[in-house]
Amino acid sequence: MSTVELEPVIGLEIHVQLRTASKMFCGCALGFGEPPNSRTCPVCLGLPGALPVANAQAIHFGLMIGMALQSELAPSSVFHRKNYFYPDLPKGYQISQYDQPLCLGGQLGGVAIHRVHLEDDAAKLNHAGDGGRIAGSAESVVDFNRGGTPLAEIVTEPELRSAEQAGQWLRLLRTTLRALGVSDVNMEEGSLRCDANISLRPVGSTALGTKTELKNMNSFRFIERGIRAEIERQRALIEAGDSVTQETLHFDPRTESISLLRSKEEAHDYRYFPEPDLPPVQITEAMLERAAAALPELPEAREQRYIEQLGLSDDSARLLSWRSELGDYFEAVLAAGDGLDAQTAANWTAELQGRLDDCEAEDSKVGADALAGLIDLVTSHQITQAVARQVLDQMVEQGGIAAEIVVVEGLEAVGGADQLAPIVKAALAANPQIAQRISAGEMKPIGVIIGEVMKQTGGRADGKEVTALVREQLGLS
Amino acid sequence: MIDRDELLHVARLARLALHEDELDQTAAELSSILDHIAVIDELDLDDVEPTAHVGDVADSLRADQIHESLPVEVALAPAPAVRDDRFLVPSPQGD
Amino acid sequence: MASDIQSLSAVAAASAVSAGQLDRSELFDHYRGKADGDQLNAFTWVARDTPAVVDGPLGGVPLAVKDLFCTAGIPSQAGSRILEGYCPPYTATAVARLEAAGAAVLGKTNQDEFAMGSSNENSAFGPVLNPWDRGRVPGGSSGGSAAAVAGGLAPWALGTDTGGSIRQPAALCGIVGLKPTYGAVSRYGMIAFASSLDSAGPLTRDVTDAALCLRHLVGRDSADATSVGHPEMIELPSAERLDGLRIAVPRDLVSGDGIEPGVLAAFEGSLRLATELGATIIDCELPSARYALSAYYVIAPAEASSNLARFDGVRYGLRTEADDLVEMYTETRHDGFGAEVKRRILIGTYALSSGYYDAYYGRAQRVRTVVADELAAIFKQADLIATPTSPTVAFKLGERTADPLAMYRSDLFTIPMSLAGTPAISIPAGLSDGLPVGLQLAGPRFSENRILEAAKALEGAIGFEGLAAGGGER
Ligand SMILES: [Mg+2]
Ligand SMILES: [Zn+2]
Repeated sequence: MSTVELEPVIGLEIHVQLRTASKMFCGCALGFGEPPNSRTCPVCLGLPGALPVANAQAIHFGLMIGMALQSELAPSSVFHRKNYFYPDLPKGYQISQYDQPLCLGGQLGGVAIHRVHLEDDAAKLNHAGDGGRIAGSAESVVDFNRGGTPLAEIVTEPELRSAEQAGQWLRLLRTTLRALGVSDVNMEEGSLRCDANISLRPVGSTALGTKTELKNMNSFRFIERGIRAEIERQRALIEAGDSVTQETLHFDPRTESISLLRSKEEAHDYRYFPEPDLPPVQITEAMLERAAAALPELPEAREQRYIEQLGLSDDSARLLSWRSELGDYFEAVLAAGDGLDAQTAANWTAELQGRLDDCEAEDSKVGADALAGLIDLVTSHQITQAVARQVLDQMVEQGGIAAEIVVVEGLEAVGGADQLAPIVKAALAANPQIAQRISAGEMKPIGVIIGEVMKQTGGRADGKEVTALVREQLGLS
Repeated sequence: MIDRDELLHVARLARLALHEDELDQTAAELSSILDHIAVIDELDLDDVEPTAHVGDVADSLRADQIHESLPVEVALAPAPAVRDDRFLVPSPQGD
Repeated sequence: MASDIQSLSAVAAASAVSAGQLDRSELFDHYRGKADGDQLNAFTWVARDTPAVVDGPLGGVPLAVKDLFCTAGIPSQAGSRILEGYCPPYTATAVARLEAAGAAVLGKTNQDEFAMGSSNENSAFGPVLNPWDRGRVPGGSSGGSAAAVAGGLAPWALGTDTGGSIRQPAALCGIVGLKPTYGAVSRYGMIAFASSLDSAGPLTRDVTDAALCLRHLVGRDSADATSVGHPEMIELPSAERLDGLRIAVPRDLVSGDGIEPGVLAAFEGSLRLATELGATIIDCELPSARYALSAYYVIAPAEASSNLARFDGVRYGLRTEADDLVEMYTETRHDGFGAEVKRRILIGTYALSSGYYDAYYGRAQRVRTVVADELAAIFKQADLIATPTSPTVAFKLGERTADPLAMYRSDLFTIPMSLAGTPAISIPAGLSDGLPVGLQLAGPRFSENRILEAAKALEGAIGFEGLAAGGGER
């Protein structure tokens, strides 16, 4: 019924497990696949009398994230208790941050950051039977190994406008965090978790519509699919004249369906208050200097460097910088070959990545020096572009060195009057009418001759050279 | 003053069962306590800072060092119910 | 020998041991016998055999420990059904420090549930009886510790003080109780009641014992982020005079109604003695005191409502079985917590809940600032503040259980120092109708040495005769 154009308004809430040695508030080693409840102590089990002490390295990582996101860093950062009952929450409250988070504001890839704060992770709650989702099951079991893992919660402003943009931005965030070395940022393993706040509004309006929260989508594909599904669900509601209700939802990637986790009425009253066990953390100059000194080159800076210093196209620069592994590989290729043209190297790096589905270029059978060698053969016209692509296919399959493959397979470019002229002559002889039309000044039919020559040379001839020989032999120039 | 519904809401937040025969007396007791507490409304506190912590601690952080965790059997020993070295609970419904 | 042992203060017993005049196990067995014969319900657990003791300045002197402290492998139940039989895997720092200095844990003492109470009637393990009159309460929440020391069942004891829980029972039982500066003694392993107020400290027969115990209690603990090292070594006091000492008396508070005449008389008596010893008495005002009580009864329950959320029947303690998770939670907590604890959980949850935070918790935190500022201002003109510790002497069992508010008023004089995190001691000031009256001396943060010296001099002048040395038979 409503015909107004609707635009999605999307904000992301990302939980990142920090890669410290010990937990956020106790000395237990972080747990990854150890026997259940083998990484616990009085503190992270919430035993009577135990007290939290904040991990300095987690604060350090938090400051690095804040700096990378150009946030304002709090001079004094306060922990609050977020009170609610759940079996995976041993103390009956989560130690989080409320009105004085570690980092306020900032931006990444043109998307404004609302805040970044630190908190401790919940334990693992599973259906007592299988390891699947817990809803509906009668009994559940809790493993506290993960409980107390340091988390940074990063909240964006609602500035994303599509599922694709959200997915792309999340990749940039992951690359940035990986470059910082503060987290494994692995969605499948849960070290990077994303919730999305989604609403729709008429294009042009600045008011925000009623939003829903889509919880815990654990892969990039699911995030984009989940957001897309929720946008469509809301669009259908609105266009049917119904209204969206504020609720927390769960996206099931198996069925592509969205189910209700919690309605607004059930919304928690978290009764935040300052954590009396933890004095406010004073952020000293020394802490700031240490964090600043630990910052590596970040994707956005790298993107600029590629454009300004290497003269890459915007697309290549973004591709190679927002995927840091690919950027590293590209720079290795540049280093391996001497005087390679950067854009050409970038194009062939993209060619290679295009042939690898999930595998990263650096992990492929094609070493950076091998790709540099291939590029060298093309740019020095020893093989044609077409042949180079065949060779690359083979290198992706079996590895090897381009030059050798070329020799073994006899793929060297066929060129020079001595080699190519006879073949062209034969082709013209075999197609007298074509030859006549060309002589008459028609240029189109020359493609037939080139095709014939390519057939004879197995694609190893250079089209321009063939054209030149045809004109020469027909005395056109 | 706190009425039955408010009391039940608070009790739900606190995950504390109040049985029918406990409601009225509890509401009355809480109300009289809240009335007594209300004397702090007399004070003008507009330009007074709240105190959450007394005294100040210079460096309250801990170095990122690993300590021994508890043996699994020790961690599980006081648990009312255990299955496969995990704490067993009735499953949450919905939220 | 037994009567001699009984008459020894902790300091005297420790030196007798280190001088080789007294055998450690004989000392321990004597008090284990006393504790086993406990008729005051002061103990919830008594050591079976003599613990292995470290050689140290505390010379194996037996120590009674409030049940609120976690002790590895020993029941630590905080006076609550919800922790009945619970044995922690670790020991509280305060207890560990005293053990490391040579103390031997004699037993765990009864208390108000989770330290919530001023009469020890809120214990799941029954009320404690006052050794001066078994029809009366010992005060609380460290009532078991106070009764054990006053009744001669232990040379000294460890207690905790959140709003007066060391000082008030010490006063009602006629012994010495010291609440140190907040943060001076580690809270690690002390089952939390109100984290921003909880302090551990000694209950002893005399001031010198309190000083010796405190000396080994204080110190920064990396396991408690709020703990701070004490800037001074705690000295054993030796003062006999108070020359030049300025003692402030908040007249608006002390002359208020609800103070028993006998208490007031004993208090004025000790002030006269103080002047005779050379001290100057300065009248001052503490107008925020009446608001302090209300602020305390917002802040403490609010923090408690959160601290007690961990008792959920999942990892330890009582569980009332139910198919539904929420029902398991609510029934477990219904069955496991006593009436007063439930009241405070509900008040605290209400005070923090959305829409009420600013009116209650927010305002209470501001009152806390006012109280601390008023005390700081007084300490600009005076070295110490003196008040009665409790407005009344020990009251009859059951007398106030029906009226929570009347019970809360027992802490009128002790709460301001708790809110400000400043140290205070209670020493016996005399008797009123045959029941002990406590004198509270309070100072600025980290002024424990000053407080102990003054208390020592007054103790000598007052010359109070306790029960402990006589064995508590009465
Ligand atoms: Mg969070
Ligand atoms: Zn731990």
